[in-house]
Amino acid sequence: MTSQSEHTKKAPFNPFQTVGAAVLDFFEKAGHLFSFLGRALYHTFLPPFFPRQFMRQIMNIGYYSLPVVGMTALFTGMVLALQSYTGFTRFNAEGAIAGVVVLSVTRELAPVLAGLMVAGRVGASIAAEIGTMRVTEQIDALVTLSVNPFKYLIAPRIVAATLTLPILVLIGDIIGIYGGYVVAIYNLGFNPTSYISQTLDVLTTMDVVSGLVKAAVFGFIVAIMGCYHGFNSGRGAQGVGAATTSAVVSASILILLFNYLLTQVFFS
Amino acid sequence: MSTDIPKIELTGVTKSFGHKQILRGIDFTVPKGKSLVIIGGSGTGKSVTLKCILGLLKPDEGSIKIDGEETIEYSNKQRDAMMGKFGMLFQGAALFDSLKVWENVAFGLIHGQGVSKKDAREIAVAKIKAVGLKPEVANLYPAELSGGMQKRVGLARAVAASPDIIFFDEPTTGLDPIMADVINNLIIDQVKELGATALSITHDMASVRKIADYVAMTHNGVIVWHGAVDELDHSNNPYVEQFIHGRADGPITRRVI
Repeated sequence: MTSQSEHTKKAPFNPFQTVGAAVLDFFEKAGHLFSFLGRALYHTFLPPFFPRQFMRQIMNIGYYSLPVVGMTALFTGMVLALQSYTGFTRFNAEGAIAGVVVLSVTRELAPVLAGLMVAGRVGASIAAEIGTMRVTEQIDALVTLSVNPFKYLIAPRIVAATLTLPILVLIGDIIGIYGGYVVAIYNLGFNPTSYISQTLDVLTTMDVVSGLVKAAVFGFIVAIMGCYHGFNSGRGAQGVGAATTSAVVSASILILLFNYLLTQVFFS
Repeated sequence: MSTDIPKIELTGVTKSFGHKQILRGIDFTVPKGKSLVIIGGSGTGKSVTLKCILGLLKPDEGSIKIDGEETIEYSNKQRDAMMGKFGMLFQGAALFDSLKVWENVAFGLIHGQGVSKKDAREIAVAKIKAVGLKPEVANLYPAELSGGMQKRVGLARAVAASPDIIFFDEPTTGLDPIMADVINNLIIDQVKELGATALSITHDMASVRKIADYVAMTHNGVIVWHGAVDELDHSNNPYVEQFIHGRADGPITRRVI
């Protein structure tokens, strides 16, 4: 205790040292992440491939995420129609509701909310599964059986997430727009024909394509963050828990960051 | 290849993690067809030594030779080829949860050696029988097995590809004495049948006496004693004496905090 107090006296708080250590730590982690990313991409495009693992991931990431993405899109479209109506009636601009719903859903809400929901569902699951494999030496076992863990575990997840999220978002687009339509027609008393006509007038191919490109990027982010944090998981239940949390938080933040960057690229 | 060349040869292997030096110069050899068991307390570098030989960790310095060939600077392709010579039984068996027992046993054959699924399944079922399990077990998942059964499946997987060298990491840890003896017998049978070289790490002295031809003891990152298993009780080495008799007093001291 005494020696600890003496030690504290000898080494007073040094803000430069603290900031320097944090910066070095940041660059070390960033370097580690980019090295992992490089290896993951290298092994994604080079054989051998594991089609059975890929199909399994398509089911886990794509098919089983369909209910959660569908529900999110449906209620988002419905709420959007209601809120837009509340606002637009003040300016006698009810006619713009169909356009607001379709553009908001296809350009932003479907890809971002689907990305965030998949980050929570799939990113956590990937990190927990691979983290548990790390802790129980299953990843070491793969190496001793002459199978590269990047090819067997990482590549199928990255490809599956990057390909399936745009499909989920496309379905989400349809459901979200339908949600807005249902509220507009059955709750707000809009004319179905004119609502559909206004929707189609506003919608362009670019609106849908930009959302799908965003979805592919978000799918890649979710998979790479889940794999990275799981692969580098600490020991024990606490290590796997921390890896899972980090995977979801980092994927969510990166999705929001890349959403801004991609929107800037597509629409500025 | 001359029989004088050791199957495994380590010289001056060191390994640190940050400021913590785990291995301070490990030296030992394992002759072809013989079984070496490394003993020593927890945290003395046994597992790190094993992982360095397997290529799961890269040593900071030193030499690791397999069949007389230096392996430390092997390329990924050379390392994959080397892995084909190895079988490994992990401490917790490390079976793949998502695969059935036979798929676990056949995994290295199918994905590592390109054996057809049908042939690999036949070999896997034969190996499952050879470790004393019923063929019906082949279609179960690892979570449906007891600890002893998982160890047997792990052993079947380790020997499925008929490796030249088999590594055993704490093969009897967590098992009751009878099951531990069963696993020891299976290890002896399988190693003999394949004519393989074995390298094991364990704390279990009953296991050491049963499966070892030679014993090496690690302490503080170095080998403090190396000799034939018959010499273990007459080693005149204070570390070995303390360890094999399980005494709290002696040159090996443990920090509680």
